[in-house]
Amino acid sequence: MPFCRYLLAAKWSIAIMLAILLSFGTNQAYANSTASLRWGADANSGAPYVFADPADLSHRIGFEEDIVNAIAQDMHLTPIFVQNNWDSLIPGLQRGLYDVAINGLEITPEHQAVVDFSIPYYTTFEQLVVQRQNARITSLHDLAGLRVGTLKASLAQRILQNYGKADIKTYDVAINAYTDLENGRLDAVLMDAPIAIYYAAPRHDLKFVSGQIGVIQYGIAVAKGNPKLVSQLNAAIEDIIRSGQLHSILQRWNLWNDMTAAQTGDHTTSATPPTSYTAFIQATGTAANHNSKLARYIGFLPLLGRGALMTLEISVLGMAIAVSLGLVLALCRGYMPFPLKTLAGCYVECIRGTPLLIQILFIFYALPDIGVKLDPFLAGMLALGLNYAAYEAENYRAGLQAIPKGQMEAATALNMTKIQSLRYIIVPQAVRIVIPTITNDFISLLKDSSLVSVITMVELTQVYMQLSTTYYDYLVPGIMVACTYLLMGFPFILLARWTERHLAVELDHPMARKRIAPGPGPH
Amino acid sequence: MSEPTLHPGIAPAPAFISVEALYKSFDDTMVLKNINFTMKQGDLVSIIGASGCGKSTLLRCMNFLETLDSGTVSIAGVSVHRANLDTPFDSTLAEAARKLRSKVGMVFQSLNLFPHKTILDNITLAPIIVNGMARAAAEEEAMALLKRVGLQDFAKRYPANLSGGQAQRAAIARALAMSPKVMLYDEPTSALDPALVDDVLNIMRDLNKEGMTQIVVTHEMRFAREASDYIIFMENGEIVEISDEDEIFEHPKDIRTRKFLGHFL
Repeated sequence: MPFCRYLLAAKWSIAIMLAILLSFGTNQAYANSTASLRWGADANSGAPYVFADPADLSHRIGFEEDIVNAIAQDMHLTPIFVQNNWDSLIPGLQRGLYDVAINGLEITPEHQAVVDFSIPYYTTFEQLVVQRQNARITSLHDLAGLRVGTLKASLAQRILQNYGKADIKTYDVAINAYTDLENGRLDAVLMDAPIAIYYAAPRHDLKFVSGQIGVIQYGIAVAKGNPKLVSQLNAAIEDIIRSGQLHSILQRWNLWNDMTAAQTGDHTTSATPPTSYTAFIQATGTAANHNSKLARYIGFLPLLGRGALMTLEISVLGMAIAVSLGLVLALCRGYMPFPLKTLAGCYVECIRGTPLLIQILFIFYALPDIGVKLDPFLAGMLALGLNYAAYEAENYRAGLQAIPKGQMEAATALNMTKIQSLRYIIVPQAVRIVIPTITNDFISLLKDSSLVSVITMVELTQVYMQLSTTYYDYLVPGIMVACTYLLMGFPFILLARWTERHLAVELDHPMARKRIAPGPGPH
Repeated sequence: MSEPTLHPGIAPAPAFISVEALYKSFDDTMVLKNINFTMKQGDLVSIIGASGCGKSTLLRCMNFLETLDSGTVSIAGVSVHRANLDTPFDSTLAEAARKLRSKVGMVFQSLNLFPHKTILDNITLAPIIVNGMARAAAEEEAMALLKRVGLQDFAKRYPANLSGGQAQRAAIARALAMSPKVMLYDEPTSALDPALVDDVLNIMRDLNKEGMTQIVVTHEMRFAREASDYIIFMENGEIVEISDEDEIFEHPKDIRTRKFLGHFL
């Protein structure tokens, strides 16, 4: 009996949800262990901060990763990395997702208003970059009326705003700005020097102009009201400055500069070669031959596989919620008395009338304010499920309305209760009608699941972001990710076709089609 | 109209079915006005009249598929009374209607078999889930009913694989499976191919012989005349004439009856 199977699916999805809820209690990243230092950063923020090692993508590297390891070792803590979107690092800190945030966070009055900072672990400046053949631009003052790219909400953006005459274009991803500069869509790019060193310097068509612009100090962010942790961090930073560890880390990453020397009072010269920088340039170099490129792409596969698995998991569970809740909503809307009917209607309209992205962010970041703290996976799954439930409710409603009125009457005439009529007669038929639509919706959900990447989930789209920002290569990873989505969706496309064909045949009711001739006389 | 006299000369036995002062309106349109009649157990009554005269609505009021505005419907000892339109159709009334419905089987013009269930499941579903019957017993009984309507070989088929006449016989078997005291038929043959009509009517004739009380809304005048114990003629939501089947065809009392039957004779 299809409806029983259907109920079974609903029961399963509830069981799985419970299992996740329970396991969430033991989730390592969330366990408040005193022996660990949970640090938040965005592994897709690109080199040289924290990023996937181009030589081995399952491995995370970066100068901040090295600094965290050194500090944690000094503090006798085990560092635990927590992925979060760069934009959300501070909300995540306030929400207690991690103890500290270390990811090129500038010590500015605006930031200090919401979080506390350690002493700086690195001091740098903004670097202006232009096309190699451009002789006109030599400093900030030559930018009047020109298109200048920079990172969203950065110090560079504020410097440009103060200058006031440039046409500012803001970017989320540094590489895109340099690519646009190469392609002539921009006249100049102003960004933090480390980014320029890693993404602009290796490009032959670009050059550095002007001197050091502004002063940027990166500090470790801590949620307000934890002076003890701040002073422990300060002590650890001082320790690694004194021991020369910080100097050699920055040297290895080709980032040591006179500003940092002045800040730390360390004016020695280190003999450490820039090995990490060289390795990065080699691994991402465009000069790589076909074979090594092929090997690189093959190396993407495990990462894509893991991303695809995550996408599939969250989509399947989200859909399980959507089809169960959607049915309840549709039945409330269609068959229940006043309060339930209206509530279900409001739910459907509110959800359909607001963007899924807002709902995801709301569930993850706003609900903790009222005490509902959800694991990112659970939050993403719920957001997708609750959102799609509204659409499925409308599908079911159409399906329920398509059932001839006589079916309900026949069930009533057999003295079935309303619930029995719905359960045995109306719903099973409606479900058959809507299965093809639901299967199609699942394919949409599979794609919409990419939005959960904003709440730290590393699913397929997030993997694409990681690969492309690491390698500077949008084309091949893009095609690979697109193919993975297609491959995942394909079985469901076939399923939709199959159900459309087979269920349609079964429901093709010759009696329902036969029109009733009006008033035939006796023969 | 005055209280109808049924079967002149015979003292009225305690009525098996009685409908008293039944009124029904849809929005502001009165579709049934002061309907009164009684029936004895085992009677087969045909209700005739032009389309839209309220005959189907009357039938549907008798098992509360439509909620009547006011009046009383009594069937096989269960009586449901609604004083007026302001009387809420509350749980008490709904429970009474449900009890009444348990005495009544209904067959629809549009068949309304459940297309997602086999013929056997169509028949056994209500006995199992409503009456709490064991599946094995319900299936045994269903097979007996299918045999009786000549469909024993179709138990595992789906409604879509049956002809209209077969499906209507299955629908009768489905209604009979709930052991009703009264069977109501709402134009049971008007959606059927003329060649298949007799299969259905023969079952009703057989049931009549076995003593089943039956009411049929029909356009089959030949059947009405030959098989009915008496005929109710309706027009504009009122009963115009209740009469012996030959009487109404040979000597219709009312001019409206005469006019209506004139179309057929």
